[in-house]
Amino acid sequence: MRSVENALQLEIPLNAQYIRNLMMGAHATHDHIVHFYHLGALDWVDIVSALKADARATANLGQKLSPWPGNSYDAVKASQERLKTFVGSGQLGIYGSGYWGHPAMKLSPEVNMLAAHHYLQALEYQREINKVVAILGSKTPHIQNLAVGGVANPINLDSQSTLNMERLYYIKTLIDKVGDFVENVLLVDTAAVAAFYADWTQVGKGVTNYLSAPDMPMDTKGTTFALPGGYIPDGDVTKFQPIKSYTDPFFGENVKESIKHSWYDGDWDKHPWDEETVPNYTDFQDNKKYSWVKSPTFKGRPAQVGPLANVLCMFAAGHAPTKKYAATMLDTISSLAGAKVGIDALHSTIGRIGARSIRCAVLYDTLKSQWNALVENIAKGDVTTFSPPTFPSGVQKGYGFHEAPRGILSHWIVIENGKIKNYQAVVPSTWNAGPRNSQDAPGPYEASLVGNPVQDPERPLEILRTVHSFDPCLACAIHVFDRNQNEIVKVKAV
Amino acid sequence: MSMSPLSSAGELPNVLVMGVGSILMTDEGIGIRAVEELQRRYLFPDNVELLDGGTSGIELLSYISGRDYLIIVDAIKSGNQPGTVLKVEGEDVPAQFRTRISPHQLGISDLLAAATLTDELPKRLVLFGIEPKNIVLGIGLSREVKSGLDHLLEVVVEDLRGIGCKVEKLEQHEISQKQSIWGKV
Repeated sequence: MRSVENALQLEIPLNAQYIRNLMMGAHATHDHIVHFYHLGALDWVDIVSALKADARATANLGQKLSPWPGNSYDAVKASQERLKTFVGSGQLGIYGSGYWGHPAMKLSPEVNMLAAHHYLQALEYQREINKVVAILGSKTPHIQNLAVGGVANPINLDSQSTLNMERLYYIKTLIDKVGDFVENVLLVDTAAVAAFYADWTQVGKGVTNYLSAPDMPMDTKGTTFALPGGYIPDGDVTKFQPIKSYTDPFFGENVKESIKHSWYDGDWDKHPWDEETVPNYTDFQDNKKYSWVKSPTFKGRPAQVGPLANVLCMFAAGHAPTKKYAATMLDTISSLAGAKVGIDALHSTIGRIGARSIRCAVLYDTLKSQWNALVENIAKGDVTTFSPPTFPSGVQKGYGFHEAPRGILSHWIVIENGKIKNYQAVVPSTWNAGPRNSQDAPGPYEASLVGNPVQDPERPLEILRTVHSFDPCLACAIHVFDRNQNEIVKVKAV
Repeated sequence: MSMSPLSSAGELPNVLVMGVGSILMTDEGIGIRAVEELQRRYLFPDNVELLDGGTSGIELLSYISGRDYLIIVDAIKSGNQPGTVLKVEGEDVPAQFRTRISPHQLGISDLLAAATLTDELPKRLVLFGIEPKNIVLGIGLSREVKSGLDHLLEVVVEDLRGIGCKVEKLEQHEISQKQSIWGKV
C-alpha cells in the first residue's frame, strides 16, 4: 500500500496516518508480548520446575520486583494450581516439545513460577491490545480497513456506527490497561531473565550492521516520524545515519537481494524493482544453493533487523522514550545481576529479547501520543480519512517501508499503465534468515550461531534460544511432526 | 464425555459455529465454505453465532470465551474416503488438532490449550468436517468434498437442533443468490 502511494506520490490524510499508526503500535505490542511470554520465554523458563515452586516465596519475589497488583499470593497460587491440572492431565499440549529439566535451564523454581504466572496473565493482556487492532481494522490479524490513499474508517462523532468518541475512549482504556502490564510486568520479567542469564549477553552477536525504518508518520507526506530509523554499520552507534523520509534515496538506492545461495534461477545481486523470482530447487548444497530465502543487503552488506536494530537506531537518534526505557531496563538488569550492564550488552541473544521489551514500552508512549494526535486533529474539525488515488498511464516505481514487529519491511512496486508489472517484498525474516550473499558473507541467523554453546546435541535448546531471539516468522513454513507423540483420535463417519 | 446441561434451566445455550481453514488451500477451505453456506441457506436463532475463523489461532480466544457449546468445522484428515463427512467429539477435538500439520492447525491447538489454561474452554466441544482430497495451493474445493458439503450442513444443523436450537431452512426463493467472490463453491 505504501509502495503504491509512494509510486503515485500520494499524500495521506492526517487522520489516516494516526489511525494506521495506532494499529501498527497495537499490533506490535501484541506481537512483542506474545513473543516474549508464549513463543520465546519457555526457552528460558522451565514450566515443570515452576510446579515445585513455593507460591508464597514466588509472590514475595514478584512484589519485590514490581508494584504490579497481580502478584498476590492468591493469584500466584491459582496459576500454579491451574498449571498443575493442565500438566497433570497428561496433555502437555503446547508444552509438549519443551526441553524441561535441561541443564541450561538456570532459573529457580520461584522465578520460573513467577514467569509462568505472568505467562497466563499475558494471555489476557494480548487479547486486550488486539481489540484495538480489531476496532480500527474490523478484524485481526487480517485487517480490512487499509486502502491506497488512506483508511476505510469513517469518523462521525454523532454516529454510533462509525469511529466516535465512545470507541476512541475505549481504545484509550485498552492502551492504558496493557501499557501498565508492559511497564510493570513485561519490562521487569525481561530484565530478570536477562540478569539471571547474564552470560547470554556474550552469545549470539552475529551481524552488527543494523537497519530499521522510521515509522509513525506525523505529516501527510511522510517526512517527520514519531519513531526514527536508519542504519548503523559495524555496531557503532556514533555512525548512525537516519532514513529521513518516504522518498529518501539513502534507503531507496541501497537495498539489493542476492540469490547465489538461494533456490532461484541464476546468480545475481539485483535491486528489488529489477528482480524476478524463478524457483530452481537443487536440494541442499552447502557450497551452492541451500535456502528458499533470498539474501538482502544494505550498501552491499548483510544487516540485522528487528527490535534490537530499531532500539539502537532510536537510541542513536536521541529518541527520549527509547533512552528512558533502555535506562530502566539496563538499571534493573544491573541491580539484579549485581554488576553494571551497559548498552553494549544488547549486541547478543539476550539483548534482542531485552530490546523487544524496551521497544514495547516505547510503543506504549507512542500509542498514547498517537491517540492524542488523532483526537486533537478530529477536534479541529478534520474528519477526512481518504484521498482517492488516480493511476496515470506510463510507468511508475515506488517503495514503502514499515518498522514491523520483526523489523524493517519494504515492498517495491513497478506499475505500468495502471497494472502491477513487478512486485517484491523484502521482509524482516528474509533479512535475518537469509543465506550467505554473493560475497559469501553470512546473514544474521548464521552469524549469530557461530560459537553458540550446545550442551546436549540431542536437545539443542541453546540454538533455539538464539534463533527464537529474532522472533522468526517461519511458523507457517516449518512444522516438525514427532510420530512418537501421535495420539489416537476417534473420528467417526456421520 | 459427560452430558451435563449446557445452560441453566430456562436459558438457551450460547453456541458458536466456527469454520476454520484456508480458502487458498483448496479443500482446506471447507470449514469456511460450510459456514458461508450455513449462513446463506438457514436462519439461526440469536443464541447461535456463526464465525469465519480463517487461519487465526489465539486471536480467536475472545470469540470462544463464554460459550456453552463450540462447533468447529474443518477439513479432517483421517484416512477415510475423500468427501466423507466426519465427527470428532469432546477430548478428542484438541487431540485431533494436536496431531495435524497444516498452516492453521497449530493455531487451533494453541487456542484450545490457551482456553484450557484460562478456564474459558466451552462446556462442550465438537468438530465436524469432511475428509479432504487435495490440500494444495489453489482456490476451490475438489469434486469429492463439494459433493459432501450438503450432508455436512445437514449434520451440523441436526446437531444444533439436538440441543434445542431452532434452525430454519430457507426456501429456495429466500436464499440469497449472492455468491462468494471466488464464484460458486
